[in-house]
Amino acid sequence: MKLFFFEVKEGLFISLRAIRANKIRSVLTTLGIIIGVTSVVLMSTAIRGIDDAFQTGVSSLGSDNLYIDKWEWFNRDVPFWELRNRKNLTMEHFEKFKEMAKLPIAVAPTIFTPITIKHEERTVEFVFIVGTTHDYVFTNSLSFADGRFMNELESNGGRNVIVLGSEIAKKLFPNGGGLNNDVKLKGKKYRVIGILEEQGSWVMGNFNPDNQAFVPIESVFKYFQEEFWNSITINVRAPNSQSIDAVKDEAVEIMRKIRGLKYNERNDFSINQQSGLLNEINSTVGVIQIAGLLITGLALFVGAIGIMNIMFVSVKERTKEIGIRKAIGAKNRTILGQFITEAAIICLIGGMIGLFIAIIGGMIIKQFDFPVTISAEAVILAVTISLMTGILSGFAPAYKASKMDPVDSLRYE
Amino acid sequence: MNIITIEHIAKIYQVGSEEVHALRDVSLKINQNEYLAIMGPSGSGKSTLMNMLGCLDTPTNGLYLFKDKNVSLMNDNDLANIRNKEIGFVFQTFNLLPRSDSLHNVELPLIYAGIPKSERRERAAEALENVGLGDRMHHKPNELSGGQRQRVAIARALVSNPAIILADEPTGNLDSKTGEDIMHLFHEIHETGNTIILVTHEEYIAEHAKRIVRLRDGLIESDEIVANRFIPKKNGASKV
Repeated sequence: MKLFFFEVKEGLFISLRAIRANKIRSVLTTLGIIIGVTSVVLMSTAIRGIDDAFQTGVSSLGSDNLYIDKWEWFNRDVPFWELRNRKNLTMEHFEKFKEMAKLPIAVAPTIFTPITIKHEERTVEFVFIVGTTHDYVFTNSLSFADGRFMNELESNGGRNVIVLGSEIAKKLFPNGGGLNNDVKLKGKKYRVIGILEEQGSWVMGNFNPDNQAFVPIESVFKYFQEEFWNSITINVRAPNSQSIDAVKDEAVEIMRKIRGLKYNERNDFSINQQSGLLNEINSTVGVIQIAGLLITGLALFVGAIGIMNIMFVSVKERTKEIGIRKAIGAKNRTILGQFITEAAIICLIGGMIGLFIAIIGGMIIKQFDFPVTISAEAVILAVTISLMTGILSGFAPAYKASKMDPVDSLRYE
Repeated sequence: MNIITIEHIAKIYQVGSEEVHALRDVSLKINQNEYLAIMGPSGSGKSTLMNMLGCLDTPTNGLYLFKDKNVSLMNDNDLANIRNKEIGFVFQTFNLLPRSDSLHNVELPLIYAGIPKSERRERAAEALENVGLGDRMHHKPNELSGGQRQRVAIARALVSNPAIILADEPTGNLDSKTGEDIMHLFHEIHETGNTIILVTHEEYIAEHAKRIVRLRDGLIESDEIVANRFIPKKNGASKV
């Protein structure tokens, strides 16, 4: 055992000597590994970043929330034609549901319609206008930078009031102070009564509250009849995530009653929740992960072949050296160890440089608002991968070197 | 004491479809503190015999006993061990590691013997002192003259206190004056009790030894004691 460590240590020194002696070749060889490790680390952190962003995006839907809808959001179990033939959900359904449901702490109807918002010279096109009621604020965890949400009076009367998402507000009022100003939706004046704080998730696109604006649902029915999607969504908030299944069961029961379904008829509505989206996202991220790692793995593979190639050349070139070493008593396994160590060190150095570049690259990408964090796992990944690559790609050349005949290799010029 | 006993050894190489009998039937005994020269024209099998004696190769037939151990039956690992501890090589082309300094070159056999660094350094430095290169320890081979390189090689051969020194045309790449110096060094090494086997094709060099074995066509032609042994003088050129 002691001898083994001794040999490893001496092998290390011998390898370092050889690497220093062949600087240019070592650098060129390392390049392949640098590129490989850089791309593996960057890719894995990017995927992690995407995943994190999705997860925060999903959490904005709320783990305590259910969304009763005509449409099935995530599952593909129900055929499209059946979804399309379902009857729309209307405000009457909502009113009945609100009356009958006992468990939820809040319910609110929503309807989405894309409309261009104007303020003086500034325009934001295709804003997702959410028509809803004053109860919406209780189904959600929105926080306000300024002002307030619509009240019951404004909601029921379908008044022309609007709450702006932070992005929209920034675009319309770049200098701030949007509160109590008027904006125009298709020529209709709306008074800004509230501006949301930034919710911060770039993934959800138009479903991110930052890019939405909220108006009373009655005013949507009044002005934008032809634009809105004909079916409403009922947001249901459970008291907590433990009770969500009970709330869901109750909701199904009530909705079946409201819709007048017979016991043998299928539900003609869907109850959507965050976990559905989570599954969807996890499988998407999984695919990205596999594809990404495959591609970067390829880069690493090319690097490994480069190492193997150069190690073969190196072994050939140093035939005489191998002969000398064997003549003065180097064992086969000592030579094997020496060349494998050499390849491993080259790769490890390459891996370190690659990691360094990846960290810098990550910092640069971060400047473009793409979420990246180099994790401890990425560091371990880089080190392990580069070591393994070195050992694996160094093995065949090292084995060849160890099996050389001392007489022949001494004669080699 | 008997160090080497070889009995009826033969070495047959397969070159293409042809069999080459490099050694046909050679028997030889070498005792401790002998100074032996092996001579013969090229193709006589002297290189093959040297490789055999140096445990770089094993015979096809016959028996080779090194200090009563049967070398003919050894595997690569055992052979490496015996080369490391019992045999010191000196080659015609010096065969030093070109990118390592003298000290590291001399230290190398001790590394493979598993000797700790401080002791290694000490012994290597001492060996270099003994061949007169105490002031050239950190020179690389290309910064040394031919004679100096051969001295480094001799120091490397001596450093592990081997049972035999095996020198293959040690003066072949040197001018005659430097060659003379090297032969003087061998003389001194022999005087201190070492066993030396010299492989050469030069009569003049062989006559430095006490006994000459002549090979021809893979057989021993003659094996005789040198009558008029040439004792090299230490001349001024030794401080190359």
